[in-house]
Amino acid sequence: MSGAFTKSMARNIFYGGTVFFFLLFLALSFDTHSQLPKRDMRANITPQIAEGKKLWEVNNCIGCHTLMGEGAYFAPELGNVVARYGDEGTKAFIQSRPKEGIPGRRSMPQFNFTNEQLDAIVAFLKHVNSINDANWPPNDQG
Amino acid sequence: MQYKSQAVAKPYFIAAIGLFVGQILFGLILGLQYVIGDFLFPAIPFNVARMVHTNLLIVWLLFGFMGGAYYMIPEESETELFSPKLALAMFWIFLVAGALTIVGYLTVPYAALAEMTGNNLIETMGREFLEQPLPTKLGIVVVALAFLFNITMTVLKGKKTSISLVLLIGLWGLAVFFLFSFYNPVNVVLDKFFWWWTVHLWVEGVWELILGSFLAFVLIKTTGVDREVIEKWLYVIVTLTLITGIIGTGHHYFWIGTPEYWQWWGSIFSALEPIPFFAMTVFAFNMVNRRRREHPNKAAVLWALGTGVMAFLGAGVWGFLHTLAPVNYYTHGTQITAAHGHMAFYGAYAMVNLMMISYAMPLLRGRAANSNKSQVLEMWAFWLMTVAMVFITLFLTAAGILQVWLQRASDAPLPFMVAQDKIALFYWMREWAGVFFLIGLVIYIVSFFVGGEEKQAV
Repeated sequence: MSGAFTKSMARNIFYGGTVFFFLLFLALSFDTHSQLPKRDMRANITPQIAEGKKLWEVNNCIGCHTLMGEGAYFAPELGNVVARYGDEGTKAFIQSRPKEGIPGRRSMPQFNFTNEQLDAIVAFLKHVNSINDANWPPNDQG
Repeated sequence: MQYKSQAVAKPYFIAAIGLFVGQILFGLILGLQYVIGDFLFPAIPFNVARMVHTNLLIVWLLFGFMGGAYYMIPEESETELFSPKLALAMFWIFLVAGALTIVGYLTVPYAALAEMTGNNLIETMGREFLEQPLPTKLGIVVVALAFLFNITMTVLKGKKTSISLVLLIGLWGLAVFFLFSFYNPVNVVLDKFFWWWTVHLWVEGVWELILGSFLAFVLIKTTGVDREVIEKWLYVIVTLTLITGIIGTGHHYFWIGTPEYWQWWGSIFSALEPIPFFAMTVFAFNMVNRRRREHPNKAAVLWALGTGVMAFLGAGVWGFLHTLAPVNYYTHGTQITAAHGHMAFYGAYAMVNLMMISYAMPLLRGRAANSNKSQVLEMWAFWLMTVAMVFITLFLTAAGILQVWLQRASDAPLPFMVAQDKIALFYWMREWAGVFFLIGLVIYIVSFFVGGEEKQAV
């Protein structure tokens, strides 16, 4: 960098560039928000789905699993688990986890959910599966 | 050490290193759970260990950033810190809050912890990296505000350099974007959308400003290159960072329900994100080559060069590998992401903190540099940890490529766990590389305690 390009020029480009691209980001975010209602299926969110999301959070499911690809990579993707196992299959899986785990295998804790809680979790996962996420994941295996 | 109040940085650095050790130990537990699935189950399930691993990382990096700022700002501003007492008080609050949070994770089931700590008032828990209970999150805000107040007042009463200014923008950005961690709508798409405003705009935005300003400070001190030149570079680097990184957030908006145009915005801008890291590497090597003095602290210079190179490889190259939308369609949420995350965090943020500690700690202990013996050990630690991290990344990348192939790209996709079993060999090798990392870390700590002839600080 030669003498013609001074520090104050660099500083002005920094401020100008940052402000410009942050405003562009805000504009894109604003546009996204106007499109989201058609994609995120918010009209279908029931109290049961909200309860399911809360159970998902307070049991830290994301600490092992991914949801729409985000989370930990220790256990399978759950954004499409209802497509893989069905409602009853998903519930039966969660319910049947042995308390002490499976010797030598990655084990999911036994959370002792009630039937209502299981229904709420499945309702939430079904809702996630219904979101228009550009056809991700590539197949049902997640 | 030119100003007495810089001494408050010392406990911050010590705490950072202590928590770093904890992070690595839990990393080894997690690595083992990948291959011996029921290891420590049900006492410490994977999700708990992972939460401890990632939260310790965040907290030790924040301790490092705060310690680094407390050390650097008085020297840049040419004045004593506004309030060393406030800095020390915040240190203890942050340490106790952090320790209690970790103890909570390990001793109470997470759902019970949420119940106990008022998650029902504002539901913020259970989202990746932002798992902290509400009191901890509020504590982080209080500590961050008190810290920012202290640092800002110091800059305001003293000299205002470009390095201080960039650091302040980075730190204020850190605090502001953390506020999005309190926003958790029931709509999961919105939840994820704004979750990234904390996570992405931290690590691929404002944290890079902190990184750049620390690097510029240490390069001025160790190379003696003219401040005008270094600060001009700093502005160019942080400009490149933010003009690529802000819209680069779009690479997280490919598959979470957001419109398809993000695939274009995200791919193009995040493909440019390696450029600021490349500039940082060129910057560090250029300044060291043009040095006007031989600084006795060789280890600090090594960390400075290392952080540029490893941040470029981890954040830049490994980020680019899977950032284009057609590639990311297959790699999203696989071990490729884990590979990138490990090397990027180590290269950019762990190493820049270790650089600052390496430069500042001897001065805080009243010497210009550590003894030759101590520096040799520290450099061994540098190479062991860095090479181990390269191998961790390579093994996870290999695991990731196989995972994508077996589970996503083949004609007969295998279930997740079947694919995981087939790639277990790579997880074993990653775990062994992790053991070497730990050995490097132990040597690093030993390097603080070996004697030898030290140069007195002038």
